[in-house]
Amino acid sequence: MNVTVRPAGDQGALVELPDNGAALRLAGLLREERSDLLDVVIGHTTVLVTWAGEKPDLGDAVKRALVAEAGPAGRLVEIPVVYDGPDLDEVARLTGLSPEEVIARHTGAEHVAAFIGFQPGFAYLTGGDTLLHVPRRDAPRTRVPGGTVAIAGPYSGVYPRESPGGWRLLGSTSALMFDPAREPPALLAPGDRVRFVVA
Amino acid sequence: MTRIEVVTPGLLTTVQDRGRPGLAHLGVPPSGAADPVAYELGNRLVGNPDGAAALEATLDGPVLRFDAPTTVALTGATTPAVRTVEMLDVGRCVNGVRTYVCVRGGIDVEPVLGSRSTDLLTGLGPAPLRAGDVLRVGPAPSRAAGPGTVPGPALPDTPVLRVVPGPRDDWFAPDALEALCSEPWRVSSSSNRVGIRLEGPALERARHDELLSEGLVTGALQVPPSGQPILLLQDHPTTGGYPVIGVVRSDDVPLAGQLAPRQSVRFAIDG
Repeated sequence: MNVTVRPAGDQGALVELPDNGAALRLAGLLREERSDLLDVVIGHTTVLVTWAGEKPDLGDAVKRALVAEAGPAGRLVEIPVVYDGPDLDEVARLTGLSPEEVIARHTGAEHVAAFIGFQPGFAYLTGGDTLLHVPRRDAPRTRVPGGTVAIAGPYSGVYPRESPGGWRLLGSTSALMFDPAREPPALLAPGDRVRFVVA
Repeated sequence: MTRIEVVTPGLLTTVQDRGRPGLAHLGVPPSGAADPVAYELGNRLVGNPDGAAALEATLDGPVLRFDAPTTVALTGATTPAVRTVEMLDVGRCVNGVRTYVCVRGGIDVEPVLGSRSTDLLTGLGPAPLRAGDVLRVGPAPSRAAGPGTVPGPALPDTPVLRVVPGPRDDWFAPDALEALCSEPWRVSSSSNRVGIRLEGPALERARHDELLSEGLVTGALQVPPSGQPILLLQDHPTTGGYPVIGVVRSDDVPLAGQLAPRQSVRFAIDG
């Protein structure tokens, strides 16, 4: 299996892995075992590591991450959704489904939190129904309210707070995706399994 | 306890410390002083412990009223800094865009996720200063304050920032790195703590498919479809889907934090 380690400045490296599962395993190993690393940031199929001191040797951890072992399945998190988003009808039109079928397919799939980015606590959820893979909007909205449940490309996600956004908005949730005063602050961690349920 | 009243906030003044490193996997940007060298120097001058919070003024500094005699160091961009008995008028920044107002005892605002830094991207930490805000100063440290003045590093007219190629230099045309380093770039006025937008010849892509989102570091030169790179500063998003052609060396990132709108900057391949 192919792994490429690319420089990310003088104090960082980007490890390219074959898939999200390997990236999840490597990030988990490094976070657990390596106090010499500053940040371990999982991407879709990558792990970015940064350090402040000596350049670390990642070879052993990378080798072990490539051995696909059936690790413990991630936590299952249910997210209650009111499906009244402004793009529900458009998603139905784009997919040739009825709005009810869009909801059924969105709630019918088990998603996986592939990585977190864009905003604190914003998890990119993969594994959704492939019929719901719709492109982003051509013009992003300047304002998407916090708690909005949205889809774009292969992803589902929940906007943790009000922000600009180009995804298609299906509904909203009362789940608090990120709270700096909570431990852990983010509701979802990479590897968690997620089901959307009708609120 | 000493208090500081914000008479006028200046163009943009935020509280900054060493930021929130180590939380990028939660989507939390690093934040922290955009010119960490100037910020650390100011804290040392007033005898503060490492990581004490300071004010970061941008382009045009605040007017502050102190209710008790206080030791303050100004570092980073030079300012006229008019001082009266109880007022400090920081004034306009020259030779850089960010001036640190380091107060002995540090700015005592509530930390969020271990830091007092304002994060302009995500809204974590205290809001930028507004007129009428009152800031508490922390207890004076045991260490004595340092000398009255120290020479600051001069900012050249066209600074040269050293760049480590990658991680995605292979997504660009073979001569794109050379193009990055051959001509000076102009700093766009729509630059902030999230990133510095650069104007110059468009960097040509060799690959046009979409990059899956991946982690980003401070100093990364991210290239959106326009071909005009964005140099990411401390409040950058933790992941992104535009390829990064190179990353400014960590030693040179403080210099990037002082780049002024419309000034020019050059890049040079490092190693």
